[in-house]
Amino acid sequence: MGENEKAPKKKLTKEEAIALAKARKAAKAAEAAKKEAEEPKVDLDSLPLVKAIKKEHAEAIEDIKFANNELTITVKKDYLLPLCRWLKSDPETAFDYLSEVIGVHYPKNEEKPLQVVYHLFSTQKNHRLRLKVNLAEDEEVESVYPVWRSANWYEREAYDMVGIKFANHPDLRRILLPEDWEGHPLRKEYPLQGPEGYREKWLRRHCRNTNAL
Amino acid sequence: MLLEIGIALLKIIVVFALALLTVAYLTYIERKVIGHMQVRMGPMRVGPHGLLQPIADGLKLFMKEDIVPYEAYRFTFYFAPILTLVTALILFAVIPFDKHFAITRLNIGVMYILSIASVGVLGILLAGWASGSKYPILGGLRSAAQMLSYEIFLGFSIIGALMISGSLDLVKIVESQHVWNIVYQPVAFVIYIIAALGEINRVPFDLPEAETELVAGFHTEYSGMKFAYFFLAEYANMIIVCSMATILFLGGWRGPVLPGFVWFLIKLFALIYFFIWVRATFPRYRYDQFMKIGWKIMLPIVLANIVVTGVVMMMVQGG
Amino acid sequence: MDEIRGLVVTEEGLVEQDLMRDTLTKEMWVNMGPQHPSTHGVLRVVLALEGERIVDTEIYIGYLHRGFEKFAESKTYPQFLPITDRLDYISAHAMNYGYVLAVEKLMGIEVPLRAKYIRTLMAELTRISSHLLWLATHALDIGAMTVFLYCFREREMILDLFEMVCGARLTTSYFRIGGVANDLPDGFIEKCREFCNIFPQKAKDYDDLILKNRIWLARTINVANISGEEGLNLGLSGPSIRGSGVKWDIRVSEPYGVYDKVEWEMAVEDGCDVYARYLVRLKEMRESCKICQQCLDFLEKDDSGEFRAKVPKVIKPPEGEAYACVEAPKGELGFYIVSDGSTKPYRLKIRAPSFANLMSLPKMVEGALVADVIAAIGSIDVVLGEVDR
Repeated sequence: MGENEKAPKKKLTKEEAIALAKARKAAKAAEAAKKEAEEPKVDLDSLPLVKAIKKEHAEAIEDIKFANNELTITVKKDYLLPLCRWLKSDPETAFDYLSEVIGVHYPKNEEKPLQVVYHLFSTQKNHRLRLKVNLAEDEEVESVYPVWRSANWYEREAYDMVGIKFANHPDLRRILLPEDWEGHPLRKEYPLQGPEGYREKWLRRHCRNTNAL
Repeated sequence: MLLEIGIALLKIIVVFALALLTVAYLTYIERKVIGHMQVRMGPMRVGPHGLLQPIADGLKLFMKEDIVPYEAYRFTFYFAPILTLVTALILFAVIPFDKHFAITRLNIGVMYILSIASVGVLGILLAGWASGSKYPILGGLRSAAQMLSYEIFLGFSIIGALMISGSLDLVKIVESQHVWNIVYQPVAFVIYIIAALGEINRVPFDLPEAETELVAGFHTEYSGMKFAYFFLAEYANMIIVCSMATILFLGGWRGPVLPGFVWFLIKLFALIYFFIWVRATFPRYRYDQFMKIGWKIMLPIVLANIVVTGVVMMMVQGG
Repeated sequence: MDEIRGLVVTEEGLVEQDLMRDTLTKEMWVNMGPQHPSTHGVLRVVLALEGERIVDTEIYIGYLHRGFEKFAESKTYPQFLPITDRLDYISAHAMNYGYVLAVEKLMGIEVPLRAKYIRTLMAELTRISSHLLWLATHALDIGAMTVFLYCFREREMILDLFEMVCGARLTTSYFRIGGVANDLPDGFIEKCREFCNIFPQKAKDYDDLILKNRIWLARTINVANISGEEGLNLGLSGPSIRGSGVKWDIRVSEPYGVYDKVEWEMAVEDGCDVYARYLVRLKEMRESCKICQQCLDFLEKDDSGEFRAKVPKVIKPPEGEAYACVEAPKGELGFYIVSDGSTKPYRLKIRAPSFANLMSLPKMVEGALVADVIAAIGSIDVVLGEVDR
């Protein structure tokens, strides 16, 4: 918007404006790259959490990232539950609080479009950790309900919204949407206002008085 | 003969008209008093200072649609509020507002009041059952347990006063009080007030209609005039128990200078004010705690009170 | 129903048997909500009752689901800010705060000190107002009617302050990415100071009515117990978990704003019951008042006028993800944002405290009475706008 308004004032031609914008973008990118280069690279292995996990559960780790002051560890699907058990019980990590379980849909990753994100917090050690598990469309991930009871509703919500299936969850039902809802709204292909003709279908199924249609 | 009937009818009309008017305006008084206790004004819109509010309320309730739930037992559903209101109103028959002003003078006035009042419970129980809904039945069951057990304490707590007065006649009880009974029976008076709060379902014992737990308890499904009947009955009962307290413990119409009728009303409204004050102040007891207070604390105290009263009376008279 | 054994006269003489043998008893299922005076909105709790004792509890939520997370994906970052108000609509500033923190973390924006103080002041005023509303409704649920109106008297003063600052009383949307919408208006500091000075005296009124009231104690002590460990396991956070003796407050553990620059005390109680949670919130209100005083001290002296950092006109965070959490009046409020480098969030997840807190309700009311459910719901302070999102 801003640039479009400015453009006629300076009486630039369209091509010139585009060139200008491109130049700006390039400058910005260069600046960002410079900034990144300047920033001290965090040595991942020096972090105590990473050290501890690598020592005990090196086989579970797929990828480690540290950005925005947050540690993210991508975990292989099958190792999740043992890793979580250990993270909670080990006195050094002591993750006694599960903040949330999030389902994210990445349709661009054709192999493993679904991602489950776990946010852990330790009230004793006062640190946070993010775990990630990538899933294929038909894969199930082990529920962490045996470790943290709070996973119950979080996982139900992830199932409800994104359609991630959790194995051995005690009660995997929809939680926010009605039981007979079709589809998982937080998937990228789900339209914002619901699928075509959904309202009529819904009313016909649930309202005695269909004059409202 | 005709004259006597005429006078009796006149008395009935006067008492009942006054009673219904007082009951209606009691709602107004309650709203005003509680309003001012809670840093607000209470009703202000209908008439000056909202004085016509009870009439507006009555009209509104009268014009409302009469809803009967599909699952309700129709006859009982209609009958319950009538039963409750009628039993509450016929209690006024024996209340002596002044030495010579009562509709009728029974020599067993106290017994009459206790027995008729216990029929009122039936109305609430029936209402809860006949609504065919879950919250009312819980409310009805609560009220059955509550009112039946609190009637016992209510009855026991007035025995001391009856022993001193030596009569069941309400007029005689008042006449015998050269010194108010409350002086001789302070414990019994306190127990009477607590039991009365329980008996007429007022805060902190308003469990049958605890609105934050049971929605509205036994009258959840009632609307319109049927609801108004319960409402009126509740306030009528409040006047009755306060009148009884006045007669039994506070010397009824006795008092200097002012006419007896006025004294009676002053004492009555002081007590009613107290009841309203309690409502504005206290939270609500839980059901089991409430029963515990009744059976484990109040019952032993009233029984001890009767024994002590008897022993003291023996000693005074015997000595 | 339990077995009751007793002697019964039969044809074979006296026989000992179960007296309840021929009595048909079954539990009654009662819907508490979605329309109920004290489920604070549209919460539906289904209770299985045996008499008045609870044998089973099931919670159904979602009656207020408005799809905020889906909605966020089609809105730009600044456009989504007003929607966060509608999460916990009685503490809108705190909701804004969580969201702007997450976006700022993602973009690496440093907020000027004055803005931080203003934000902290607003967040604490919000906490007082939210706790006042909680105390009002909680007391009303338990039957104490007058406390309700006393609390609203003070809440009204706070809402007037909000109105002075941003023109809105409830859904304020005062925060902006990088700071706040505008500087404090003239006369605000004096008026706010006046409120902070009289609030402790007014708060004494609530104590007079219920703090030592025998009925209040009977209704709250040893009711809806939950230990700290169980609470953490079930996702309980905020004042509710601090009532179970867990020393965890995000303002202390991961300080944001100026919470590390002001002096205050974390409120913790060991009672694990409704009464402990009540005491925690009472103390929190007074501590919040202290924080407000200190913020006002700074804002009075400060004349920098920097209420917003320089942020790009088009908010376009770099690719990446960030989680930022604040101590909202109800507990840990977190926003997890995944950015794909465009002007709209790729995925936005709201970690609502009430949603997590509600999970411990069935545990709290195990074997309790109907009246205790009301006390328990009140004591964990749920707001359904936040639960259902």
